[in-house]
Amino acid sequence: MTAGNDTIRIDNQEIPFTAGQTIMDAALAAGVYIPHLCHHPGLPPSGNCRLCMVEIGNRSVAACIAAATAGQQIRNDTPELNAARKAITQMLFVEGNHICPSCEKTGNCKLQAMAYHLGMLDDHFPQFYPHRELDASHPDILLDRSRCILCDLCVRASRDVDKKNVFAIAGRGTQAHLIVNTPTGKLVDSPMAKTDLAANICPVGAILIKEKGYEVPIGQRIYDRQTIRDIGLYEQAEEKNKE
Amino acid sequence: MTTEHTTKRKLKLATTSLAGCFGCHMSFLDMDERLAGLLKHIEFDRSPFTDIKHCGPCDIGLIEGGVCNAENVYVLREFRAQCRILVAVGACAINGGVPAMRNYFDLQDCLEEVYLRGTNVTHPHIPDDPELPLLLDKVYPVGEIVPIDYFLSGCPPSAEAFLQLLQPLLVGEKPQIAKSRLHYD
Ligand code: SF4
Ligand code: SF4
Repeated sequence: MTAGNDTIRIDNQEIPFTAGQTIMDAALAAGVYIPHLCHHPGLPPSGNCRLCMVEIGNRSVAACIAAATAGQQIRNDTPELNAARKAITQMLFVEGNHICPSCEKTGNCKLQAMAYHLGMLDDHFPQFYPHRELDASHPDILLDRSRCILCDLCVRASRDVDKKNVFAIAGRGTQAHLIVNTPTGKLVDSPMAKTDLAANICPVGAILIKEKGYEVPIGQRIYDRQTIRDIGLYEQAEEKNKE
Repeated sequence: MTTEHTTKRKLKLATTSLAGCFGCHMSFLDMDERLAGLLKHIEFDRSPFTDIKHCGPCDIGLIEGGVCNAENVYVLREFRAQCRILVAVGACAINGGVPAMRNYFDLQDCLEEVYLRGTNVTHPHIPDDPELPLLLDKVYPVGEIVPIDYFLSGCPPSAEAFLQLLQPLLVGEKPQIAKSRLHYD
């Protein structure tokens, strides 16, 4: 069977798409999980985390920014790609300070859940242990850049949904870091509120709502009960319901 | 006779806590009555459970904690030299864990903050007894000092996780930690 006019094929499964959809959109809508961290249904894609790399022929593309095109034959859930995804996840861990036992986000964290999903037993690469600035100035929101993976989700959420444009990413390469768009660079001087999407979308424990950390005990949190695959597909379904 | 002896030989197990909190050892003891079954197949060499001071030739070594001082390096190298299979047990051994949170700061600053400038310090003095092992510049994961064969994640790994690791090793098989069991907290 070959892929039809308006279908793509992912790991031998035929998947319909509509014009303008990305490979990620089409896959998630059809219940096919492609691992991702910086993609969030309803926000414009950014293509920066590289977890969603899939192969078309001998090309690798990020599924969240590649347009679905009729007849594409796509490899997604292969041992090679999952090994590459694990290596990327390990790099994200060593570049920041991810001491999960001391992190409020543990159990609710997508980076950690991705590592579980990919069977990551150790960090493999030497640790950077960077010193990054912590911003506790806001009465309701904590920004701990130590754990920021520069996924850009807060930037997009604040700019495109909250319409406040609170965040930006400055610097390049290993110097890249999250900044707050205020004269002082402090969150307290921004219009950010704890109900903003930007305050709630961080996949890791970099943006945290204060005084909430231990409301749900460790062991009963999201990814203690479900996999990141389940949640990834659920988030897509949720977004569809909103439409 | 030799064969019988070989098949019945108990495996030697050594354990140690480097820059850890002994939580992993406590969790090991959480195997409770299952420890009795385990002890039919293993005997302890160097371990806080035996108080043997040096590690002899062993089949399995379990390392809790990261590497924060010169003595930790010495002990870890001794374990690597003596143990056929070396396992990094728990978050601190695997990535430095909570003790590694000092790594974001300069060591001298940390010492001064704690022993000279800290709140309620009455006799400001940085401990310098010659018996104290010298601190390393940073706390290191064990895998950055010696090669490691297996990693058992968790803070601490549960008693079940220890069993999942040890039972296959006892019969000479490779342990497989189920993804659904993986936990870093
Ligand atoms: S942000 Fe996630 S991966 Fe990082 S320390 Fe917190 S729980 Fe662990
Ligand atoms: S703070 Fe969170 S949402 Fe923002 S870029 Fe960093 S990891 Fe992403």
